[in-house]
Amino acid sequence: MADIPGTGAKPLLSLHNINMTFGGIKALKNVSFEVLPGEVHCLAGENGSGKSTLIKIITGVYRPEDGAVIEYDGQTYSHMSPVTAQASGIQVIWQDLALFPEMTVAENIAFQTVIGRWPRFVNYRTMRDIAVKALQRLGVALDVDAPLKDYSIAQRQIVAIARALVGEAKLVFMDEPTASLTQSETDHLIEIVRSLSASGVAVVFVSHRLAEVLEISNRLTVLRDGALVGVYPVEGMTQSRVTELMTGKNFDQQVRAKSVRDNPIVLEVKRLSRPGQFHDISFNVRSGETLGITGLLGAGRTELALALFGMLKPRSGSVSLHGKPVRFSSNRDAIKAGIAYLSEDRLSLGLIQPQSIADNLVIASLDRIKSGGLLSDDRKRQLVARWIADLGVKIGRQSDAVSTLSGGNQQRIAIAKWLATDPKLLILDAPTVGVDVGARAGIFEIVAKLAESGLAIILISDEVPEVYFNADRVLHMAQGQIAGWFDPQSCSLQDIEAAVYA
Amino acid sequence: MRKLVQSHATEFALLAVIAAICVVLSLTTDSFFSLGNAFDLLNTSSVNIIFAVGLLVVLIAGGIDISFAVAASVVQYVTALILGYIGGGGWISGLLIAGSLGILLGAFNAFLIHRFRIISIVATIATFNIYFGLLMFFTQGVSIYDLPDWLTERVVLFEHEMADGTWAEITLPVLVMVICVVATWLFTTRTTTGRQLYAFGDNPEGARRFGINIGAMQFIAFGWLGMMAGIAGLIQAHYAQEVVPNALYGRELDVLAAVVLGGARLGGGKGSVLGCVLGVLLIAITQNGLNLLGVSPFAFKMIVGAIILIAITLSNTSIEKLLPFMRGARR
Repeated sequence: MADIPGTGAKPLLSLHNINMTFGGIKALKNVSFEVLPGEVHCLAGENGSGKSTLIKIITGVYRPEDGAVIEYDGQTYSHMSPVTAQASGIQVIWQDLALFPEMTVAENIAFQTVIGRWPRFVNYRTMRDIAVKALQRLGVALDVDAPLKDYSIAQRQIVAIARALVGEAKLVFMDEPTASLTQSETDHLIEIVRSLSASGVAVVFVSHRLAEVLEISNRLTVLRDGALVGVYPVEGMTQSRVTELMTGKNFDQQVRAKSVRDNPIVLEVKRLSRPGQFHDISFNVRSGETLGITGLLGAGRTELALALFGMLKPRSGSVSLHGKPVRFSSNRDAIKAGIAYLSEDRLSLGLIQPQSIADNLVIASLDRIKSGGLLSDDRKRQLVARWIADLGVKIGRQSDAVSTLSGGNQQRIAIAKWLATDPKLLILDAPTVGVDVGARAGIFEIVAKLAESGLAIILISDEVPEVYFNADRVLHMAQGQIAGWFDPQSCSLQDIEAAVYA
Repeated sequence: MRKLVQSHATEFALLAVIAAICVVLSLTTDSFFSLGNAFDLLNTSSVNIIFAVGLLVVLIAGGIDISFAVAASVVQYVTALILGYIGGGGWISGLLIAGSLGILLGAFNAFLIHRFRIISIVATIATFNIYFGLLMFFTQGVSIYDLPDWLTERVVLFEHEMADGTWAEITLPVLVMVICVVATWLFTTRTTTGRQLYAFGDNPEGARRFGINIGAMQFIAFGWLGMMAGIAGLIQAHYAQEVVPNALYGRELDVLAAVVLGGARLGGGKGSVLGCVLGVLLIAITQNGLNLLGVSPFAFKMIVGAIILIAITLSNTSIEKLLPFMRGARR
């Protein structure tokens, strides 16, 4: 690996011959991985490709099979332990952040000072100093005495980074750090990563969002099915090339937009307003049409969707379905009228993780599987089997817990749950958050098929390419108002992006 | 000041409720507002406060314990037997024996929870039955009245003669209680182990990733409660001047209610010693007041239940809404 492009530097970390087996399945096959001092390195791969396993081996959570060679900072190890890893400056910012919401920001950042087997007295002043210093280094002002639960996800992310810096980090892993951040928060995070890198800290970035990966990284390591695909310089790399490397398939995206002007109108919204959230919104969606709604977080997209779904009450304006004015007093009315809403936060709101696939799928359509007033297991099985087949969900048994499925398959179950209610209008709110590239393509295949069958679809996303490639018309919302309309057939992706991020 | 109120919303809500009740009782009864009554309240609440600060530590660590009150009964009984066997003993040996037996019984809970991954409420409901069943089986429900003199003798630490000639007294249980409260406060807020317990209760997976020894956390939390329960058991025997096997049966729910009232969360990671003490005091003052007002004791439980609901609603949800200046102070 002496021919790493553009470098003559000795790697900070290098792993060779890494093998790992879980329950007979090879999670990692003879993988090598190298990180240079101070570089930003992207670790890319689909869910299940072995990224997390590799990170856990480097941080000592797992022990690789015999024969592994780990060289870090001039030392050679056959495996790491969490203590050695932390002591020698390897830090991980986990996707779930692993923070303590009830404790103060200072305690969260300086938590290392209270680690150790034997009890000592806590020095709160030292903790506070450490925290303030770490935040200063990131150029962020937070009240270190406030409990962490008072802060937003983006701010907690910063606390997690500050915590990683306390331990004199030389190598920081960030696992999906931007999954729940808005564009501007992501931009800020990218700034922080750049400044870390400039100060000599190597950052390994794991992300599904290829655009930011390409923006931030120097080099790219791609894993697929537990094996190394290759190491590439990011310069000259395109999103579709990375996708191809990750999946082994070619997903050249095509604009799917089509004209649906002759189809009947399903949903008509006129001058809908709710003070402080959205104002004077008018649009319609036709049968078979996919309407894309994009805009920055806080533009009022989700609030608008919740108003259409009967969960927020608009102050003024009207909504009609198939020409008939409707007014919902709760989302039960909306579901009855044929509106389905797939929530943004699929994992916490959309699906009940420990319950079975079948139970999750039928939860919104229990009326349909009744027989003589009681729920019928037979009808349930049939309904579930039908949707599983229709959407091509890969499952073991219907009785398996939803939590056993991959992100993409979970998303399909969440969609199927709403399709089982036989809706006329389907609202998809950020349907691909936390879903990897291959599975995303699958979800949009489904969306296209549903539209073809005559369903009216509203697709909400803050990732402009998603609406550009998959919607027939794109509505841009900003500060609660309609900021513009785009027709993907006659505009470019850059036109919309320029408007949204202006 | 605003910050202090904000970060201790539960404690301030409890103080406000206690103050309100005290004002009402002082105006409606002759005897509530007196030194004698205040000292009596402290003397009678001591055992519950010792239990409460012990239970608090388990709640902070994300667990729950139903068995500690009957464990204290077991400790009482066994300690009394051992003291008889060694021929008397004294406060120091008594507290050491009771504390160690308590730690042992607490450690058994921790062992079940950690080793067999039984959730704490199930494990301790089981040991609640086991401890109490064993106690009743072996004692046949027979009480011990023949206790060493040092244990049954009242120890008055401070006394003051009142205008009407009665004596207001602070007795030994209050001193022991204060020591337990201060020790628990120091332990939970000022030691690294205490903060690890908070972190473990708040986010067990996060704590594990930091290399915190999860098993040790369980043993420390349940051991601490066991020690407090043992001490409380001995003090209760001292206060009652007898050991009755089922004297503490049912106490666990009263204490649990008081601790939760004090702001501890059943999910872990939250709760303060001050809140815990105020929770016990609020219930004690209410009962005391109802007594002085001549309310039927049969109505106590009902009223205490209502107070718990009101106070928890106040402290959980509306404190910020009730005090508008606190809103929007932070984002």
